[in-house]
Amino acid sequence: MPEKVKVNPEFTAHPPRVNEFRRFIKVFLGRPVVIIGAVILVVFFVCALVPQFLAPYDPLKLDYYSILSPPGHGHLLGTDALGRDMFSRIIYGARTALIIATCAIGFASVMGTVLGLSAGYFGGWTYTIIMRIIDTLMAFPGMLLMLTIAALLGGGIKMVIIALGIGAISGYTRVMCGQTMSIRENDYILAERSLGSSSKRIMFKHLFPNAFPPMIVMMTLAVGMTIMAEAGLSYLGIGVKDPTIAWGSLVNDGNQYLLSRPWLSLAPGIAIMLVVFAFNMVGDGLRDALDPRLRGTL
Amino acid sequence: MGAYIIRRILQMILILVLVTVLVFVMVRLLPGDPILMFLSAQQESQVTQEQLDYLRHQVGIDRPMIVQYFDWLGQVVRGNLGKSIVNQNNIIDDVKHRLPITFQLGALAFIISVIVGIPIGLIAAVKRGTWLDNVLTAFGNLGICVPSFWLGILLIYLISYKLDWLPLYGYVSPTVNILDNIRHIILPVICLSLAPIATDIRMTRSSMLEVLRQDYIRTAWSKGLKQQVVIIKHALKNGLIPVITMKGMTLAAIVGGSVIVETVFSITGMGRLAVEGLFAQDYTIVQACLLISCTVVLCANLIVDLSYGWLDPRIRYR
Repeated sequence: MPEKVKVNPEFTAHPPRVNEFRRFIKVFLGRPVVIIGAVILVVFFVCALVPQFLAPYDPLKLDYYSILSPPGHGHLLGTDALGRDMFSRIIYGARTALIIATCAIGFASVMGTVLGLSAGYFGGWTYTIIMRIIDTLMAFPGMLLMLTIAALLGGGIKMVIIALGIGAISGYTRVMCGQTMSIRENDYILAERSLGSSSKRIMFKHLFPNAFPPMIVMMTLAVGMTIMAEAGLSYLGIGVKDPTIAWGSLVNDGNQYLLSRPWLSLAPGIAIMLVVFAFNMVGDGLRDALDPRLRGTL
Repeated sequence: MGAYIIRRILQMILILVLVTVLVFVMVRLLPGDPILMFLSAQQESQVTQEQLDYLRHQVGIDRPMIVQYFDWLGQVVRGNLGKSIVNQNNIIDDVKHRLPITFQLGALAFIISVIVGIPIGLIAAVKRGTWLDNVLTAFGNLGICVPSFWLGILLIYLISYKLDWLPLYGYVSPTVNILDNIRHIILPVICLSLAPIATDIRMTRSSMLEVLRQDYIRTAWSKGLKQQVVIIKHALKNGLIPVITMKGMTLAAIVGGSVIVETVFSITGMGRLAVEGLFAQDYTIVQACLLISCTVVLCANLIVDLSYGWLDPRIRYR
């Protein structure tokens, strides 16, 4: 009788099943800096959605008795040249930043998806024409392109969204196109085609869902950059117009009183920095957590 | 390599032609009538339609777009960027005066970003997980969040005003007074280079970490090579490839950033010229600025691609 072989139970047991969601949360919140970022984002979203609960004053109310008053005296960050409370204005500015960033990125990613999908799927002339246009757009320094488009369209919140959106299209198109081209070669796409599916069906039912995930991380990371670019435009005075409150124009307004009242231009800048930092950190955390190479290892 | 260079140059020329079309069309869409902008409000009420038509004819904007385009292109190829609509200056003179200023700032910012950012990123990658890595990475993460105009304002307030170490704003040409020139450009160059430095740190670190994981690096270690040899000779050349790709974009960012930084420090460079042109709706200036900056970016990308082909032979034979 052969002796029964003892097998190390570790080899026969199934690898432990890791709950996908729990793994995601564990990696995502693994770094303290991501948690800090997430907290800042929560505050930012609250400011953007319900500023009236947080702001001590009406951000547009003029108060000629307390023009340019220093911090304190009931105004946490002082008042501007028209006596408007700076702290309240910064809180209301969050809404503008959020609206512009999400709409611009939404616009850019939809355009980029359509262009990139078509270029990658059809190839040939479609690819050449679309990608050469994208190359041309990429030759422009981003800031200058967005400035020109914003000036061309005449400023205002909608125009800024379009300007920032056009400035960001090229990145999304290139990523989408590359993704589509690599997925197109898969057997399941060939199978779908041999079944006689239309191009539209293949593109939107099969290519798009598989090519989209890398865009999610890209979009999160782009929010910070878009907020920064918007601030740059409104700082130069070619962005959002009064009475809409934008952080960039707050910095610009305060700039003339820099030497006597530095907080007026420095405080809104800190708001921009915190929010950009938070979006970058959360984006980084998201990328780490969604990275397929790490999947199942933690 | 020869065929690769020729192919890339032809590609660049094609893109440049497309850029001229886009610039031309885009700038023609600027709102407002440049002729009316040129006239004062009083003149505007007195001027007759015939006079307006005559002025339009003089500037040449009454002709079909396509004729205007080829006329403009022909002039540009011969180095004539046209006259400013608002003050009738030859734009090329303006550019000759302003381009060196922006070039000095931009080139310095670019060089500093390379010699500061890449080594810091390298150190962070090699010392991964230590406190040094944490500090350097934190600097990189914070650096990309600082708006350049805000940093400029902060530096003006602290360094120039409170400490009184440097002038508040303006620019002095190095041919006039080299020391004064240096004192004027320190702060703008810091503002322009902070974001590229931070990007370089992040890119170099992550790309080096990727490379240091590879088998050939383990082989190099197991051969008993010294740390410098492994890092510098084996890892760095591959680790730098994504960083160099990034540098092409950095240059575009610096050219775009100069618009803001020149405004903050009241420096009359190309960036400021573009903003002034946009505000005055002077489209000949705007199109000249766009064209020049695109050419600079395209040339930078060409250099990047060529050095990329040199670093990574796989690229050449695609």
